[in-house]
Amino acid sequence: MVESQPLEIASPEAGANTPSCRSAQGDWRHAASGAPITAHLRHLEDESIFLLREVAALFAKPVLLYSIGKDSSVLLHLAMKAFHPGRLPFPLLHVDTGWKFREMIAFRDQRVRELGVDLIVHVNREGMNLQIDPSLNPALHTDVMKTEALKQAIGVHGFDAAIGGARRDEEMSRAKERIFSHRSALHRWDPRHQRPELWNLFNTLLSPGESMRVFPLSNWTEADVWHYIYLENIPIVPLYLAAERPVVERDGQLIMVDDERLTLRPGETVCRRSVRFRTLGCYPLTGAVLSSAASLPEIIVETLSSRSSERRGRLIDGEKSASMEKKKEEGYF
Amino acid sequence: MVQPDSATGGQLDALLRRQGSKPALRFMTCGSVDDGKSTLIGRLLYDSQMLLDDQLQRLQSDSRAYGTTGDDFDFALLLDGLQAEREQGITIDVAYRFFATERRRFIVADTPGHEQYTRNMATGASTADLAVVLVDARKGVVTQTRRHTNILGLFGIRHVLLAVNKMDLVAFDAERFAAIVTEFSSLARRLGIDHVTCVPVSAAGGDNIFSVSQRMPWYDGPTIMDHLETVEVSGDRIDRPFRLPVQWVNRSHDGFRGYCGRVAGGSIAVGDPVTVYPSGQKSRVAALLTAAGKSPRVQAGQSITVLLADEIDVGRGDVLASGVPLVATRLSAHLLWLDEQPMMPGSSYLMRCGTRDVGATISALDHRIDIDSLEQLDATTLALNDIGCAQLSLDQPLVCDVYRDSREMGGFILIDRFSHRTAAAGMIDRALRRAADLPWQQIEITKSVRARLKAQRPCVLWFTGLSGAGKSTIANLVDKRLFAVGRHCYLLDGDNLRHGLNHDLGFGDDDRRENMRRTAEVAKLFVDAGLIVLVALISPFRRDRDMVRASLGPDEFVEIHVATPLTECERRDPKGHYRRAHAGDLAGFTGVDSPYEPPEKADLVLDTMTFSAEQAADQVIAFLRAGRYI
Repeated sequence: MVESQPLEIASPEAGANTPSCRSAQGDWRHAASGAPITAHLRHLEDESIFLLREVAALFAKPVLLYSIGKDSSVLLHLAMKAFHPGRLPFPLLHVDTGWKFREMIAFRDQRVRELGVDLIVHVNREGMNLQIDPSLNPALHTDVMKTEALKQAIGVHGFDAAIGGARRDEEMSRAKERIFSHRSALHRWDPRHQRPELWNLFNTLLSPGESMRVFPLSNWTEADVWHYIYLENIPIVPLYLAAERPVVERDGQLIMVDDERLTLRPGETVCRRSVRFRTLGCYPLTGAVLSSAASLPEIIVETLSSRSSERRGRLIDGEKSASMEKKKEEGYF
Repeated sequence: MVQPDSATGGQLDALLRRQGSKPALRFMTCGSVDDGKSTLIGRLLYDSQMLLDDQLQRLQSDSRAYGTTGDDFDFALLLDGLQAEREQGITIDVAYRFFATERRRFIVADTPGHEQYTRNMATGASTADLAVVLVDARKGVVTQTRRHTNILGLFGIRHVLLAVNKMDLVAFDAERFAAIVTEFSSLARRLGIDHVTCVPVSAAGGDNIFSVSQRMPWYDGPTIMDHLETVEVSGDRIDRPFRLPVQWVNRSHDGFRGYCGRVAGGSIAVGDPVTVYPSGQKSRVAALLTAAGKSPRVQAGQSITVLLADEIDVGRGDVLASGVPLVATRLSAHLLWLDEQPMMPGSSYLMRCGTRDVGATISALDHRIDIDSLEQLDATTLALNDIGCAQLSLDQPLVCDVYRDSREMGGFILIDRFSHRTAAAGMIDRALRRAADLPWQQIEITKSVRARLKAQRPCVLWFTGLSGAGKSTIANLVDKRLFAVGRHCYLLDGDNLRHGLNHDLGFGDDDRRENMRRTAEVAKLFVDAGLIVLVALISPFRRDRDMVRASLGPDEFVEIHVATPLTECERRDPKGHYRRAHAGDLAGFTGVDSPYEPPEKADLVLDTMTFSAEQAADQVIAFLRAGRYI
């Protein structure tokens, strides 16, 4: 095998070998915002990179769940750093419910092109044929097009570890979940018998059919994510920034009319409001907030002074406090 | 990037400053059930105004539904996030919450008080810098307080904040507080906990949590929050010798090869000498990459990629170090037993320490520690939640440090190979140098016993194909993947064997046969030892391969044809052999002037024209899984 001299590699003239911003997978490190990154964020970054490398080393066939949102954007950015200058040792998986915002899909395809990473898009085809209207039947839609679809994708491709961007500050049952979270062969989470997680040592042993969900952003907060996006200049879907968008008011939420499939209910009228989104999902199920924050710094300031939590915009989480736990037990991410 | 306007920019700068110049303080709360742990954290979140409107609304409605505090907020419900916890009013698993004040950021782990969930408490302890121990002022130090404090001592937590809670229920009695402080301090001293601060509080009433209680004028120490905001916990991780447990080897285009890992201790700079353990090979640091790019120096806690000046063999589980770590095959360690299945003396567990997996047999149990008296008792086993001191024999050398010096290099877990449950948390006390103690049980060790121990079906993966077909490349990838998932495997590469075992053989038909016979015999011995053996050998003759198959048990011989066509092999010609053969420099070269007989019924055919080496390796792994070899 031909090995070049490491000392040459370290020099800035060594072309593609240079540990610089340009990797084999495109230019992922944009000009920094100028502000120095805080020690706190550095620590989180180092921890997440450690976790991503553990997944790559300890599993036969990992995958990174890419949901296109801000957390996924951070996760992808960290993964690019973890394996720089090499290629990502796992593909991305997007479970497409068919109801994502159009801007999300465009953003996804653009990022994948820019970074040169492998993307698998999985759609539950049988579920698609059921033509479930998410506005009318949100729980069924989520179950069939998201939970079932994810299980299908993991089964079809034989993934033994799925990396996700969930954080412990998002929701109560997530605050209880391990970083390496075991799933049975039926994809179920058993919250009462979680494996102890000691130091930085993870019990990653699996029996056939079992899998692991891994959450490298467990210890990040929403504020951390926004700060990091700002300081590292990570591209995000423009829907996070305020703009005039067509919305209807429905059940106390502002729902964007992203395409003609959204059926208006009696009395509903579409009006243009300056809104942005704190989380992104299926557009009929994702509430917007009124905002004029059209730049990242404004969003950060607004977020940190906000008096409601981000998952509030998710219609599906609302019904009762423990609904996320129930969904997770059934195999939701 | 859109530049912030000056007003937003100013606010943002202030917020970023609030991020703090140091990582968050990670602390845990522990103590007996009903001592008020969750209430204390709920109070901290509430008083630091970290609760948002919708969370407060939910808390209010939950308090009515499940609460135990009448019309007031039941703060415990903020933490007990699992349905079962809310229904039963207990904490089952550790919950992590995040909050910040003007002066510091915090990650708090609320851990269960019930004895049966001690393992979850240990999960919280293993990553905490500081522990808040709660005791009920009416009850004082109870068994569970002692158990938890013992675990804190065991896990090397040096800072403990004792919160004597429910002071309102003992009429804010100063003497009661003093008595509990005396008892607890003596316990902490015996357990080697250096820094103990004691605060009398009422978590429900908010006394001495954020603000100084007016109801205990006799107390002039810090409030809980004063202490948490100002305590200095940073250890001496950076001053210790450099340690990098290698996690991942980053090989990419054009021969780039970097060793990735998180620095477990110390610091290192470009140009510094390092030694690779356990092999002992030496090199120098040629370059260091961090998350922020190239760096002249790195230190403990950073995730880095190291490039070495010399081409040496380094893989996951190796440790780059300056200064000499322990390299041990026998250890003395403390164990906290975490599994319902009691410890089986003499049985083998998978031990994970740093980035290394080894097989570990508990060869002797020195004693068990009685939680109440802290006495060392004779014992033959450890049951769930027991703490003991044991000797372990390892099946390969482990690079480590004692736990006292390094959590990262001295902490380990034992995993049950059959149930896959985490059986124990361990802390290395010292390396043992004599092989004095024999295992307790002597059993007839057969091939199947060995295989069971390794949780795999031994077999020979025989990669046959033309020179340059990709046999070694694919076999190497399979080898690494098997190793990465803890399988015991070994690669016999035809070219490499010719440097040693078969160095006396040439390339005539007879020598080729002898070459194969020897290789097959070695593979057979390894299968007998329970290994998955990968053989990468041209092995051109069908009859010879069939002989090997016949000499092994049913399903033990897996013939894998790396079916790259001759024209492609000649085009790739990675070693220049074809060029030399065609030039007449190599006589009897398979495919050129010596025949290759492809398998008629290969167990697996790998098509390297359509699939990459990685994909071919996937196919082999899939075959092994489908055939229940692994």
